[in-house]
Amino acid sequence: MRRRPAALLVLGLVLSGCGSTVGDAPPGAAEEGPAGPGDPGITGTLTVLAAASLTDVFAVLGEQLEAANPQLEVRFSFAGSSALAAQVLQGAPADVLATADEAQMARVEEAALVEGAVVFAENALMLAVPADNPDGVALPGGGGTPSLAELVPADATMAVCAPEVPCGALSAAVLEAAGLTGAPDTYEDDVRAVLTKVQLGEVDAGLVYVSDVRSAGDSVLAFGFREGIAARNSFPIGVLEDAPNAAAGQAFVDLVRSEEGRQALADAGFLPPR
Amino acid sequence: MSRAPDRTRVPAPLLVPAALAVVFLVLPLGGLLVRTPWSELGAQLAAPGVGEALRLSLVSATLATGLSLLLGVPLAWVLARSRARGRTVLRALVTVPLVLPPVVGGVALFLVLGRQGIVGSWLDDAFGVTIPFTTTAVVIAETFVAMPFLVISVEGALRAADGRFEDVAATLGAGRWTTFRRVTLPLVAPGVAAGAVLCWARALGEFGATITFAGNFPGTTQTMPLAVYLALQRDPDAAIVLSVVLLAVSLATLLLLRDRWLGRGFA
Repeated sequence: MRRRPAALLVLGLVLSGCGSTVGDAPPGAAEEGPAGPGDPGITGTLTVLAAASLTDVFAVLGEQLEAANPQLEVRFSFAGSSALAAQVLQGAPADVLATADEAQMARVEEAALVEGAVVFAENALMLAVPADNPDGVALPGGGGTPSLAELVPADATMAVCAPEVPCGALSAAVLEAAGLTGAPDTYEDDVRAVLTKVQLGEVDAGLVYVSDVRSAGDSVLAFGFREGIAARNSFPIGVLEDAPNAAAGQAFVDLVRSEEGRQALADAGFLPPR
Repeated sequence: MSRAPDRTRVPAPLLVPAALAVVFLVLPLGGLLVRTPWSELGAQLAAPGVGEALRLSLVSATLATGLSLLLGVPLAWVLARSRARGRTVLRALVTVPLVLPPVVGGVALFLVLGRQGIVGSWLDDAFGVTIPFTTTAVVIAETFVAMPFLVISVEGALRAADGRFEDVAATLGAGRWTTFRRVTLPLVAPGVAAGAVLCWARALGEFGATITFAGNFPGTTQTMPLAVYLALQRDPDAAIVLSVVLLAVSLATLLLLRDRWLGRGFA
């Protein structure tokens, strides 16, 4: 990423366009939560179901929690949020659920399997293209943030998430706003699959989260666009009602919402909740 | 002759596990039928995309089976009859897709036939042809996964066939190609048919390689298994209805083919 000033510039554009400064300390963020290092009594296995886009940042936070609680083993299952919600509804034994939009969490809330889920981050979409940019996607002249329609070449092969999953619901809204509903050539089952197809160079462009662009490093170029800045997904997290290890679950949720967690999320490209 | 009736009676130690196996295999299908929202069946079936996905599934599985027959039967002959060295290695190689996770197959297809792939990039440069995200990609993915079933089945039939018929044909002056066409092929026809049915069923159910290599687009690459998987994420009832349709189509086809063509060879 650092060797690609153009991409970094666009990334900065998106982030600044969102009206919040990444890395701002939220007022009153407590350093000493129940998740504080050395907290006794957090042992056993903690199972976290989390949206695919949280893969990298949650893995880091999980290791931190394990380091602070040597008796604890943290296990993750990363998948499309809809699949995770379906798993919880089918009785999958887990302690924490973090989804990529509120609609999927609402399904679980309606079934009274989670209560008091809170939004801990937001994510916006960017247009990712292969690192060698075969179609020469470029910012149009004249400055300002372009529309998605100005960025995507007419005959480009494009991957987006399937409308059944959160990033796809967001992509559909963005495509409609840009007048590009006919543009996609494939609807992938989660956002990482879209990213992979861009990285492999099998599609000319894909809609992925800002955080995915961060995790992809030099392997893709990314462009921010107006419609993406206007529409964002909220990521809620909650301890499940039937959690076998609710104490550890709460500790993980507290860690994610702590100053440390917010910083890790910001570093990974997530935006703080509004 | 007096022992013959005894041979068909199931010994008790086999009966219990066999019954458990039946329950294990049939119960999930029963569960599917019990949970089917029969009252919504019509509405769910009329939903946009269902007919499209079903048609695409049937067409692509049939094309994949045709392609497998065209290429797989000759390969089976080579494996069964040729005495060339390296035959064992060859057999192991071509049956790898049987044990390979289909998603891995999809990735491998990308690396060869994708736009950046070894063959795919050449196709793109020379002819402007790109394969991923097209119905062609669906057929290729299904063929990759399903052809080994046909090859194994036909090879088995060829090994079991009585070689003396071919010898006689040769002594009567038939060339090797004529012998294959007029003697060998009719001899192993039931095995070929059984292999084709297995191959078709495997192609119809293909998921991993298809969603990886061909992507997911309604009408072009979204086959029934993909539609079921994605429906499950939003509307479980719709997924159940789609599953029942797929189950019915598979059963109907197998029964029909068995009665019409396969005779005792498959029954």
